[in-house]
Amino acid sequence: MESLSFFGIWGQAMVRFWPVWLALLIVFVLGRLLRRRLGLFGRLFDSRIGALGLGLVLFWVFTAIFADSIAPFEPLKQIAELKRALPGAIDPNSGQAFLFGGDNLGRDLFSRMVYGSRFVLLIAPAATLIAYLVGITLGLPAAWYGGRVDDILMFIANLVLAFPVILLFYLLVTPGIRETAIPNVMAGTFFLFPPGFLLLLLYTRYAPRPLVFWPLALLVLGIGGWLYAGLVFDADPLGLVHLQPNELNIFAAVVAASSPGIFRIVRGLALDIKTRDYVAAGQTRNESPWYLMLWEILPNARGPLIVDACLRIGYTTILLGTLGFFGLGLSPESPDWGSMIDQNRSFLRIVPTIVLPQTIALALLVLGLNLLADGLREESLKD
Amino acid sequence: MLMFILRRMGIMFLTMLVLTFIVFTMVNLEPNLKKLALEQNNTRMSQQDVEVWLEQEGYRRPLLVRYGEWLGNAVTGDFGYSTRFRMPVNEFLPERIGYTGRLMFWVMITMVPTALIIGILAGMREGSRLDRSLSFFSILTSATPEYVSGIIFTVIFASWLGWLKGVTNVEHVTFENFALPVMTMAFYGVGYIARMTRASMAEAMTSQYIRTARLKGLSFPAIVIRHALRNALIAPFTVIMLQFPWLLTGVVISEKLFNYKGFGWSLVEAADNNDIDLLLAISLVSVALVIITQLISDIGYALLNPRIRVR
Repeated sequence: MESLSFFGIWGQAMVRFWPVWLALLIVFVLGRLLRRRLGLFGRLFDSRIGALGLGLVLFWVFTAIFADSIAPFEPLKQIAELKRALPGAIDPNSGQAFLFGGDNLGRDLFSRMVYGSRFVLLIAPAATLIAYLVGITLGLPAAWYGGRVDDILMFIANLVLAFPVILLFYLLVTPGIRETAIPNVMAGTFFLFPPGFLLLLLYTRYAPRPLVFWPLALLVLGIGGWLYAGLVFDADPLGLVHLQPNELNIFAAVVAASSPGIFRIVRGLALDIKTRDYVAAGQTRNESPWYLMLWEILPNARGPLIVDACLRIGYTTILLGTLGFFGLGLSPESPDWGSMIDQNRSFLRIVPTIVLPQTIALALLVLGLNLLADGLREESLKD
Repeated sequence: MLMFILRRMGIMFLTMLVLTFIVFTMVNLEPNLKKLALEQNNTRMSQQDVEVWLEQEGYRRPLLVRYGEWLGNAVTGDFGYSTRFRMPVNEFLPERIGYTGRLMFWVMITMVPTALIIGILAGMREGSRLDRSLSFFSILTSATPEYVSGIIFTVIFASWLGWLKGVTNVEHVTFENFALPVMTMAFYGVGYIARMTRASMAEAMTSQYIRTARLKGLSFPAIVIRHALRNALIAPFTVIMLQFPWLLTGVVISEKLFNYKGFGWSLVEAADNNDIDLLLAISLVSVALVIITQLISDIGYALLNPRIRVR
């Protein structure tokens, strides 16, 4: 069988990523030109670590966006002659090469790696966002009111944190669980937080001006209700928003596993900030507690929270990989990196390269997020 | 101090009670019981036979009654019978914990000194080239979960170089087959501890007493070893203790990856086969590990740092 040389493989791979390189070039040129106006994110371009992290993260973001034109093959297409093919093997029918080799079913590892970025970059940031809204909405009052509320919430948070993550996933993400209502109930509870948070945000700010408040509130309720129906009950009247039961299950489990940690961070930050003078000034103006929490404390906690969010998206990526590695929740043919690691690792003795693309891809994305967090932390400390 | 420990013990027992109840409820969900019935008998069993078997084995009695029964037995030290391994949990689990204990021991022995040395070297001259490269290394290690580093190490050391073995064995542990799991687990943990050590070392190096020592004309190594280290190592102590629960996830992954039949492997087997009693015992052990290490780290922190007073 014909095959590409080492340089041929990498040359072709680099060429295939051309939309990504172009997009990265545009972002970095614009970013450098406008860095004075972009605030904290602009200063990332000055720090070597931060720029490297941003570059790695954006590389995968653009790969996910342009996956269709980067990947030479369909992620599920099987070509029998190329089972466990070595990197660079050429498919005689299409003349295209399996750049990083084929897996045990004759699917192109390069294409699957490219498509795998979609799942991770969709679920990990979204789950982190929801977990953040849960953590913030519960963490702020826990710190503000203290006492019984705080005790109960802290007990629940510590309870979940004391649970080994793996065991939690083994109990929560199984086909059996999807026959019960538990994933829907969990997701239903978690998805209540985003619209609730937004309404609270609007109410505390615009309650005295009903003409501004009601249109915005109705907008939030409308969009929130539409997304809620689509995501939790899979009953979107327009048929646009849709999650597979297993995706919903994974989503709920990941949010459940990461929100207690966020709750503790938010609570800790709020406990510190609530003693500041500007909060006391707000109290003498007779502002409501929720106004102070959401419009005085929260904006002043944003620095550490942004850094933590980057780290946490990375950690969620690791969690999703763990789920795939244990064969939990995802459909067996899905091209996500964790499942690919699990499916291919038994053939490692025959073709050592068969497990490398997906493992290195996952590590690079997490590394990018961690470097980005580090860069952001360093730059925000300079203030 | 005594009150503090007692209160923490109280919370600990409450946590264990609630968690075992949650696990108990989850493993007794209808689909899980069916899975158990099919695994215990044969997979082609009819719906009716499943029902008969569940009734016969007593799985159809009220949940609370059965939980009470389990709790009563567990308090007296009887953790029931493992349906997957067909032996009492008390006979099966301690042996597995022993195997994992050996793994954890070697991981700690390699991970902690490496991490401390990296952290101290990086933190003693903040911003230097050494600091930058060591910090990058720490970020890199904490970005590679066990299933990534384990596989990359296996490819390098087992497939290409042929120095080590990619599969290990609990009965017969040698350097060749044991080095990879230890390396894999230690690699992921090193970065975090090193970063904490670095931060606390960097903070110590900027303090007044270090400046005094420097003005007295002490040599740099003497300042680092005699003055900075002592204060800089308090914070990492807590972090190291809190690594135990994190190691648990790592244990499960590396034991699955290298087929080391210890505690983590038992967890996977028990969960896959809905082995109720074994799973409950396993969660009890892991939750106790998490809570006890938290308690030790709090007490140890208070003892090491006289400025902290426990309420």
